[in-house]
Amino acid sequence: MKNQNYKIRKSDTASRRGKPKIATLILYFLLIGFTLVVLYPIVNVISISLRPADRLLSTSLKVIPDGASLRSYHVLFTQTPFLLWFWNSVFISAAVTLTGVVLASTAGYAFSRFGFYGKKSAMVGLLVTQMFPPTMLLLPMYIMLLKLHLINSYLGVIIIYTSTALPFCVSQMKGYYDTIPFSLEEAARIDGSTRWRAFREVILPLAAPALVITALFSFMTAWAEYVVAAQVLQDTSLFTLPLGLKQFESSMSTQWGLYAAGSLIISIAAVALFLFLSRWLISGLTLGSVKG
Amino acid sequence: MKTLRGLIGHLTQFYSEGISPNAFAYILMAPAIIVMFGVVIYPFFYNLVLSFSNMSLRHFKDWHIIGFRQYAQVFGEKVLYTVLLKTVVWTFVNVVFHVTIGVLLALLLNRKLFGKAAIRTLLILPWTIPQVIVALTWRSMFNYEYGALNLFISQYIHMAPVEWLGKPLEAFSACIITNIWLGFPFMMTIALGGLQSIPQELYEAADIDGASGWQKFWSVTAPLLKPVMIPAITLGIIWTFNNVNIIWLVSNGGEPSDQTHILVSYVYKAAFNLYRYGYAAALSMVIFSVLLIFSLLFLKRSRAAEAAY
Repeated sequence: MKNQNYKIRKSDTASRRGKPKIATLILYFLLIGFTLVVLYPIVNVISISLRPADRLLSTSLKVIPDGASLRSYHVLFTQTPFLLWFWNSVFISAAVTLTGVVLASTAGYAFSRFGFYGKKSAMVGLLVTQMFPPTMLLLPMYIMLLKLHLINSYLGVIIIYTSTALPFCVSQMKGYYDTIPFSLEEAARIDGSTRWRAFREVILPLAAPALVITALFSFMTAWAEYVVAAQVLQDTSLFTLPLGLKQFESSMSTQWGLYAAGSLIISIAAVALFLFLSRWLISGLTLGSVKG
Repeated sequence: MKTLRGLIGHLTQFYSEGISPNAFAYILMAPAIIVMFGVVIYPFFYNLVLSFSNMSLRHFKDWHIIGFRQYAQVFGEKVLYTVLLKTVVWTFVNVVFHVTIGVLLALLLNRKLFGKAAIRTLLILPWTIPQVIVALTWRSMFNYEYGALNLFISQYIHMAPVEWLGKPLEAFSACIITNIWLGFPFMMTIALGGLQSIPQELYEAADIDGASGWQKFWSVTAPLLKPVMIPAITLGIIWTFNNVNIIWLVSNGGEPSDQTHILVSYVYKAAFNLYRYGYAAALSMVIFSVLLIFSLLFLKRSRAAEAAY
């Protein structure tokens, strides 16, 4: 639908009003300008990650530094716990994603399709959790984890991340199910499927874009979180990637190259995932939480 | 694993066959509700209790309820009002820039262009990079001697370098610049989605009526974009208001001398650096109330409450 709209729009404004060249020039100038502003910090990090050990604090603005080397990457993988942190992050993010997707896909469906006692207040409740300041649940949960001796454990961070991600995931899924016509399940029900099968085999596959968004959102909540992890995880061996990076950054002069190399690798993972899923992202977002 | 799945399938099939839709809905929701009770609802009320208590590192085990004293302290401290003002400035400036830049870029991109897909992908990058990395990287670029920004200023514009992280106003601006950089792609993506759903016929009708580009924007694009943007802006305001990452990491925990705090970073510091648990819980409640009242008013006024969900 959307693509078609776009194709019809080809014959847009500028060309018809006589001064196409200047308008197009300004257009490209603005777009390229913004793109450069977006790219510069990234290029800067790449450049730092390639600097040789004796030139980490350099005042040159060259993109490829003199004597560029991959030494930082080599040190990162061989002499720091970076790989361990990487697996910690993967494990924690995967656990949060799995919880988020499983719970949100079923609860969101219930919210979308059935009228039941307390539904409206529950929906308002989900919206309200979005307004909690981060410390609102973090502090009581931190104290609860202290009492349950779950501080400094994977489970502790997974619980807190789930509390951040789950309400958003449920309302995201609910919004998407709302866009799927009711007649589909009705047809399946008439054909004799149970409610569960109608959901599992007809609706759930159609909700794939929203499932992808929900998964991506839960994953990102955990993958690059710093503020919570900094309180809950204290052993270097339990660190997630952001904590590791911050440790490099804190001792800036010595480990600056490691920080740059590490953040590039983490970002590439995140960006690749994001771009790979972006096909679903646009439709999932605009149809789901924000009805387009 | 397979038998477990089979079992669940059998159970749900058996139950969903003969039961009322309500019961089916409750079964579907049960797991989420149980988890939510543990990780959202219980902690929320626990926080409420804490806010009436004297709990701190010193009174961790022997804490008791002391009524409204923590709230009295929250409202009694002058610094709170300065921090509140900074939070409002922070939120307002950020969201205005996010929306303006986002909508502008969406308008530019919503046409046939050479290299459109590539440009759009590049422009989305700041959203996709983890916030911790954005914050720490910009912090390094704001470094006085070696940061790219000052090198750029002194080598190309030939002006005196700015002491970005050493002075309150500069450090606060540094945080805002960082947050603007990472926030506009979200608005751009939403606006682009909204623009693509505006029927082309409306523009054709406007053309027939002889409308200028400017008129078309204000009479066709803006009103049709509004229902898409209002919920996104509401979310944007809430996220920005509550963004502890950028302030905390760019200014390294409120440096210089706690002058760059917004409410959430201030309360984070009270809780985890100063261990004032009761006070932090009370302040969290206050921040939450402010945000709740604001959101209700904002959504009511823009008549888009239903559109948000």
